[in-house]
Amino acid sequence: MADEQRRLRRRSGVNEAGHPTALRYVQIALILSVLTLFEVWVYYQPALSRFLIAILLGLSAVKFALVVLFYMHLKFDNRLFSALFTLGMTIAGCIIIALIVLFRAYLFASV
Amino acid sequence: MAVGHVEEPTTTGLNHRKLLMWAFLGSDCLLFGSLISTYMIYRGKSVTQPINPRHVFNIPYTSVSAFVLLMSSLAMVLALAAIQRGDVHRMRVWLVATACLGMVFLGGQFYEFTNFATVKGLTIGGNIFGTTFFVLTGFHGTHVTVGVIWLLSVVAASYQGRIKQQNSLDVEIAGLYWHFVDIVWIGIFTLVYLVPAM
Repeated sequence: MADEQRRLRRRSGVNEAGHPTALRYVQIALILSVLTLFEVWVYYQPALSRFLIAILLGLSAVKFALVVLFYMHLKFDNRLFSALFTLGMTIAGCIIIALIVLFRAYLFASV
Repeated sequence: MAVGHVEEPTTTGLNHRKLLMWAFLGSDCLLFGSLISTYMIYRGKSVTQPINPRHVFNIPYTSVSAFVLLMSSLAMVLALAAIQRGDVHRMRVWLVATACLGMVFLGGQFYEFTNFATVKGLTIGGNIFGTTFFVLTGFHGTHVTVGVIWLLSVVAASYQGRIKQQNSLDVEIAGLYWHFVDIVWIGIFTLVYLVPAM
């Protein structure tokens, strides 16, 4: 019975502690490496320059989410931890947007 | 919760140290949010001579640094997986690997800073661009340094028999801090190095 449960857990990529297995961690690392390589490739493609910021921000968000959900276990942990972190992230995002809007005239100045 | 972890009862049912770490990480987002936005506003700005960040940054070099930090996060989770299985020896190996990768990252940052200051003329006091860049990346480097010291102290504690399967939460909390340092670099790498000046 215990062996069967262990086998089922392993198949779903989760260990006894309710965290991902070592194999799942390696798979995530491979995805993160490919995304980083893709980011650098995109940076050197003049044809994609119009969409560069959107593509880079999208890739960065995916990498961020993968680390937070799987390596920091937010996908498997209590929602209160997610709420605490999301609150901080949301306020930080608001700070970035507010400062850029406030200083937008200076942003395009030459000096 | 880790297998066999002995918990004191709490009102939330959650471990207070882990809750505190998440609260700290949430508040640390504010610090880096402010530093990143200040950098973005002042990027390339100088009253003496405007600087194009594209001419300063070495993207392939920084990509390798970003890759090193990502791999350190992998080593960190493998250390946690090892202690959750009760394998203290393998946990030590992965923790030392994580700390070493962290030191490689710091060495790379030291070389980059020196190169900017001596070859490209970008210093912390030279112009507002240099100030915001060095303060942001310097704060991140300080976080990495604290992380390396923390990881090495966990290794030292394991030799004193204080890290066991029952208290794998100690490794998990150190890991949370380390992964946070990694995700901050994911943001810095994109917003500071890759996104071109507006």
